[in-house]
Amino acid sequence: MHFDFQNNDTICALSTAPGMAAIAVLRISGEKTFEIVNKVFRAKSKHFSIDNAQSHKAWFGSIFDGEEMLDEVLVTIFRKPHSYTGEDIAEISCHGSVYIQQQLFGLIMKNGARPATAGEFTMRGFAHQRFDLAQAEAVADLIASNSKTTHELAIKQMRGGFSDKISMLRQGLVDFASLIELELDFAEEDVEFADRNEFYRLLHEIQTEIKVLTDSFQTGNVIKTGIPVAIIGKPNVGKSTLLNAILNEEKAIVSEIPGTTRDVIEDTIIIEGYNFRFIDTAGLRDSEDIIENMGIERTYEKIKQASIILYVCDLASCKGESAEEMLEEFRSFIQDENKHFILIGNKIDMMDEIPGHFSEMVELETIFVSAKRKENIQLIADSLVKSVKKLNLNADTIVSNARHYHALSKASEALHAVEKNFREGLPTDLIAIDIRSALHYLGSITGQIVTEELLQNIFGKFCIGK
Amino acid sequence: MLFENYDVIVVGAGHAGSEAAAAAANLGSKVLLITMNLQTIAQMSCNPAMGGIAKGQIVREIDAMGGYSGIVTDKTMIQFRMLNKSKGPAMWSPRAQSDRVMFSNEWRRKLEMTTNVDFWQDTVVGLLVKDKRVIGVKTGMGLEINSKSVVLTNGTFLNGIIHIGEKSFGGGRMGDKASTGITEQLVELGFRSDRMKTGTPVRIDGRSINFEKLIEQKGDDEPGGFSYFEQPKLKQQRSCWIAYTSLKVHETLRTGFHLSPMFSGRIEGIGPRYCPSIEDKIDRFAGKDSHQLFVEPEGWDTIEYYLNGFSSSLPDYVQVKALRQIEGFENAKIFRPGYAIEYDFFPPEQLFHTLETKLINNLYFAGQINGTTGYEEAAAQGLMAGINAHLKVREQDPLILGRAEAYIGVLIDDLITKGVDEPYRMFTSRAEYRILLRQDNADARLTEKSFKLGLASKERMDLFVTKQEKIMILIEMLRSVSVDPNAVNGYLESSGTSLITAKQKLANLLLRPQLSLTGLLEFLPSELKSITSGYDKAVLESTEIILKYEGYIEKEKEMADKLARLEDVKLKLEFDYHSLQSLSYEAREKLSEIKPSTLGQASRISGISPSDISVLAIFLGR
Repeated sequence: MHFDFQNNDTICALSTAPGMAAIAVLRISGEKTFEIVNKVFRAKSKHFSIDNAQSHKAWFGSIFDGEEMLDEVLVTIFRKPHSYTGEDIAEISCHGSVYIQQQLFGLIMKNGARPATAGEFTMRGFAHQRFDLAQAEAVADLIASNSKTTHELAIKQMRGGFSDKISMLRQGLVDFASLIELELDFAEEDVEFADRNEFYRLLHEIQTEIKVLTDSFQTGNVIKTGIPVAIIGKPNVGKSTLLNAILNEEKAIVSEIPGTTRDVIEDTIIIEGYNFRFIDTAGLRDSEDIIENMGIERTYEKIKQASIILYVCDLASCKGESAEEMLEEFRSFIQDENKHFILIGNKIDMMDEIPGHFSEMVELETIFVSAKRKENIQLIADSLVKSVKKLNLNADTIVSNARHYHALSKASEALHAVEKNFREGLPTDLIAIDIRSALHYLGSITGQIVTEELLQNIFGKFCIGK
Repeated sequence: MLFENYDVIVVGAGHAGSEAAAAAANLGSKVLLITMNLQTIAQMSCNPAMGGIAKGQIVREIDAMGGYSGIVTDKTMIQFRMLNKSKGPAMWSPRAQSDRVMFSNEWRRKLEMTTNVDFWQDTVVGLLVKDKRVIGVKTGMGLEINSKSVVLTNGTFLNGIIHIGEKSFGGGRMGDKASTGITEQLVELGFRSDRMKTGTPVRIDGRSINFEKLIEQKGDDEPGGFSYFEQPKLKQQRSCWIAYTSLKVHETLRTGFHLSPMFSGRIEGIGPRYCPSIEDKIDRFAGKDSHQLFVEPEGWDTIEYYLNGFSSSLPDYVQVKALRQIEGFENAKIFRPGYAIEYDFFPPEQLFHTLETKLINNLYFAGQINGTTGYEEAAAQGLMAGINAHLKVREQDPLILGRAEAYIGVLIDDLITKGVDEPYRMFTSRAEYRILLRQDNADARLTEKSFKLGLASKERMDLFVTKQEKIMILIEMLRSVSVDPNAVNGYLESSGTSLITAKQKLANLLLRPQLSLTGLLEFLPSELKSITSGYDKAVLESTEIILKYEGYIEKEKEMADKLARLEDVKLKLEFDYHSLQSLSYEAREKLSEIKPSTLGQASRISGISPSDISVLAIFLGR
């Protein structure tokens, strides 16, 4: 990855998704931006001149390649430093035919720009100190966000709330560390600058904050990748049919043969702005089939990872002993307080009425559905949304980035050692090593500490055009 | 011709100049040492002590490289203490009181015994410069002496002004003339110069001190030393004493504040925050009722005492009046009052890591001329300037020590990268990797390097190799020998630590803070014990530290390696930072001025933000 800043060369990329669309947007950034626009763009307004045109405004006109008109477009101008990259930027909105996109892109290249590499616009914004690393990472998340929650999360981080919090925690520690160092520097004189009780209080505060943040990682991660919902149950109770009903499309292979779903099938769907990742699983039963057993094993794995579990039973075949057995299994599952279990009584289409012996099921807030006829599927959707709202998605700051999570955990580890060693009366110069280590990790989150791995990590992630 | 063409001329024979001359000469350069007074070589102008926290480590490093400060101190000390023994090994710092006169005499003897060093008593008033290269010096006697390089170690002498109350007069030190001409010429050549200030306290007639009212501070029961060469251990030592100021003393001092050159603004130089005058301390820590003072003897058989902590430039009669209000000093007579001295220095950002100036080739600066304070800091710079002047003349690669390698590396990198805004003194907090830069392992860090250069002698190298071998053997033993619970539990119980139920390696037991290496050595099988019985204290000390603090040492090594990657990214000295528009304006200015040689150095320049470093890193394609 090499970025040539010295000449402030001008880069260009398609900022909208490739392919045909109603419109497409090309973004140009760098010193020659306006020179290039001036060569290819003729504004409708006679008063328009590129040097005087107001920033952050769109201008209507046409793109010309020599004397040949290519398209009618809107050009939006952003003057440095008040732009995304901190450089002069122009965004050209053209009609979205692939041909026009390609011609326009080629025309701009011809006039002195070069294609941007992945993440280069954001990299430049970062280089011009338009935002810090955590914010840059948030931009990547924002682009990737596909639901209300991922979007909210990214917006929060992009605004800098997370960076502010980390910087604040770190500053408190820096202040204390410098008092400790001062004590060491003047160890021969009768001084103790750093109030130990004050320090324990500070450590406690930082640890609490870090814990909130690291705990939120699970939530944050769930939001980013979708809330995992596992559909489990005995073979042939209609799990795949239910999944299809929910997804409203034929994703899983449905058949009458028990054990058809041998692997785990996943798909995501957005319900009321929440992203759910459904996991269809192989039916739970004792089997001689090696492949099926592997599938069953994987099912248990998936149950572990899921936040919500739909336990599906076949009402028609669920009678007497087998009903008791099923309920017992279900009850053993719901001991796990970290997961939300919903019992789904399927195949009501095969019943005339809900039989009395299922009254116990009713107490467990069972949802009775017909997956085949897509009856009452909406009830499942409602229930899912309700249980998601119980998750703490509205916390101020949620950690959603694995790099941040790792750094926070390392910092917490170091601080734990600091407190333990202080209480055990270890010499402060040794304790200072762990304090420095904690400072290092906290600083690496926002980029206050620059290391090579950090830089490499960040900017490769962006799609070209951002 | 009165003089030959020298390889190196060293101007000034203080701690920096003496080490510079010795190092260059021992490497094989023809050296001329010029000083205004050959009777005061390596004079201890301030307190008669070497070492202390972080400074002691520096002296050990100088010794490990083959400099003389450690050996001279060992020969002339009257008291030795290892400071901070209750702290971790990074903080253990040797400190010695020296006999002031013997110290100076011993240094002169050392230099006289160094072949290749010539002496000349004179004042240097200017440099001979041709095509941006120094080619010699001009002296007060009107001589021009040629050389291939010049090391300036002018201390406090450049346009020095001494202040006592309202009185002030020119001088480089009490009793010595100031030196003029050099600053003016350098400024004309384009150098930036500025003023700094330092001070020294009163010297007292010991016969007038009532020691019964003071607290005695004895030397260590088993005194050590600075040099890795075995020195005869002190058989007797002289004590220091502790006294305290009081509110009454402070009040008296305050009556003289309006006459103080500091408060009246007559001194423009920046004073040391870390070694402040007593009036500064009273002013700044107004809430403190009492300050600690150390009463230090100036030699074996002198009645002169140095009052450490009472540095002052107040009028002499105010100093004496306040002194006599301190318990134990009611009848004190003094030899001379404390005074402040103001002098020229050259902001050290104008130097390369070799201490060569960026403006004039083959010209080196070392010591207080670079804005530092302290004999140890000066000596370290002198050593490095002497080495690098020699290497430059011989057209060899320079010697630069890293921050993870030596306090000397930290010192020089700090100076040339961050500059100084007050007299610079070394602290352990300035080092990122404190536990790697210990006083016990300076030889492991530096001796081989210096030997390869041709400075550390064969004898020193052999001594080092033998020591390392013994340490390795001992570590191996401790890691492989296990002890039985029955054998060792008695010792564990008496040491107040928990008993073991299964066999354990001795190295594991050594991790317990309550247990010591000497205690555990008793549990070696007798055939091994006989091998280790001849191992000296230094071997045991290093082995114990390496094993006991292994976790911490490894942690810092890991951090140092991580950040070393930024140190490995070289920057071009003549790079046009102004062309990097993405850098902040301040960053462009600072980088252009300081011309860092690595990305790591750039990151330590004040005013350079992490995002500036990111820009540089990205620019370099990392």
